Amino acid sequence: MVDSGEVMGLAGESGCGKSTLAQLCSGSPNPLLHYESGKVLVNGFDIYKIDPEVFRTEVKACQMSYIPQASMDSLNPVKRIRDFIMDVMRERTNEKSLKEEVFKMAGDHLEELGLDRCVIDRYPHELSGGMKQRVVIGISTLYHPKLLMIDEPTSALDVTTQKLVIKSLLDLKKAGIIESMLFISHDITVLGELCDRCAVMYGGKIVEVASMDDITHKSLHPYTSALISSVVSYNPERMGKGGLKSIPGAPPDLRDPPPACRFHPRCEYAMDICQIKEPPLEAVKKQSHVACWLY
Amino acid sequence: MEKILECKNLTKIYTSGLVRTKSVVAVKNVTFDVKKGEIVALVGQSGSGKTTVAKMILRLIEPTSGQIIFEGENAFSYDKREYYRRIQAIVQDPYSAYNPFYKVDHVLEEIFSLYKNGPSPDERKEIIHSTLARIGINPEEILGRYPHQLSGGQLQRFLIARPLMINSELVVADEATSMLDASTRAGILNLLLSLKEIEKISVLFITHDIAQAQYVSDGVLIMQNGEIVEQGPSQEVFLHPSNPYTKELFDSVPQLHKKWEF
Repeated sequence: MVDSGEVMGLAGESGCGKSTLAQLCSGSPNPLLHYESGKVLVNGFDIYKIDPEVFRTEVKACQMSYIPQASMDSLNPVKRIRDFIMDVMRERTNEKSLKEEVFKMAGDHLEELGLDRCVIDRYPHELSGGMKQRVVIGISTLYHPKLLMIDEPTSALDVTTQKLVIKSLLDLKKAGIIESMLFISHDITVLGELCDRCAVMYGGKIVEVASMDDITHKSLHPYTSALISSVVSYNPERMGKGGLKSIPGAPPDLRDPPPACRFHPRCEYAMDICQIKEPPLEAVKKQSHVACWLY
Repeated sequence: MEKILECKNLTKIYTSGLVRTKSVVAVKNVTFDVKKGEIVALVGQSGSGKTTVAKMILRLIEPTSGQIIFEGENAFSYDKREYYRRIQAIVQDPYSAYNPFYKVDHVLEEIFSLYKNGPSPDERKEIIHSTLARIGINPEEILGRYPHQLSGGQLQRFLIARPLMINSELVVADEATSMLDASTRAGILNLLLSLKEIEKISVLFITHDIAQAQYVSDGVLIMQNGEIVEQGPSQEVFLHPSNPYTKELFDSVPQLHKKWEF
């Protein structure tokens, strides 16, 4: 679904299944969450069919890389960054690599992310949140993965640091280190800054996939439009005009989701068919897919 | 307009350690005031001292130096019960504000303990029902439930009933909407705006989210490292920020209809 060379966004409220989807795509979901059915194809590799050993050495890190939520806390607090990088290298390639070579490569790589070389000699507690996040991004892109999946990388950061991290991600893409990206966020304004296309999830299902401009300006699904009109966007020229609307009702309980279209109890355009049959995700316009009986 | 709260040269220094004491200046020389029926937004990055200011206004910690004047008198000279009748807080995490073993009604009934001779049980019921109706909650739907049965947005809305029930004059909302989803957040922000319009309650709205501050506030204070670097009416500060830090902060806010240039 993510084309090569594009930045895809995944938006939705908390509890709608964004992170679950990303974990499944990463091929190594946390226990309790397990792969049920369906296919995940990464550059032609069907990751749940191939041999786990092939998956570990050839697909992970080289083809795709997954950065989970709160991953900046995954750095080992008693190890320097460079020793942590050595561990990662040893895990991925079963051969011994020369320390000096690795450090030089890692240093170059971190410099491309706008960090100082000497960061690799530091301990994690000596770095700020934004630096840690960029170190983690650096480590997971060491092998130049074609696809980078990144889950809420900026939600714990301040706005100024958030901008720096997003800039580094776009720089990585410009430098050709990564080809495409799947960026997961609950904040649709952040997605708007860097995504080409965006998928919107509601109640565990994708309800709309369209280009980012279409999502923000000409959204088709009633949930997307309601979400956009409830987002508090900063805009100094539109002071004090109000006009925010909240969506009535509460998000669905996924243990017992509403039948058919999962949005119909909160939808203002709900029709009879919405309660009986589930709408398929269909192409409406070029590049726009929407799951709604209105179209 | 009449001033309801004045902070003068408020400073808070935290010290730790017994022999080799270390001190951190959390808030430095903060001076501002909140007028009657006004929403003032206090904006800053994490660690800039916003919550410390809120805690001092709520009398949870004592300032190292400086004065807090509430309605013309020193805040610390009030009787605690009376003070909390007039000032109420809404906190960030609605789940932690409720006792999970009690029904949600408990959090509203508790507030009558601020009176020595409170209203009679029948009157209490009447007050609770009419207040909930005023903020758009159907009392039958929510009363008698336990906190885990309600969503975060519902719990937060329910907490806003507390200051209304006892006619508080000032509400300190510390990151009250940060944990909510976009779709429910808008509802809470609109509710705060209507509190200001209809009930003339003043709000000190503490947030790190500039978009929300811009949406609700009449006046704005920008904090950096414990100091207020810029303050003024929202219209002016958001349109023509003068401080370099404020400018940088505003430039980094993602906007829905405009892309960044790097």
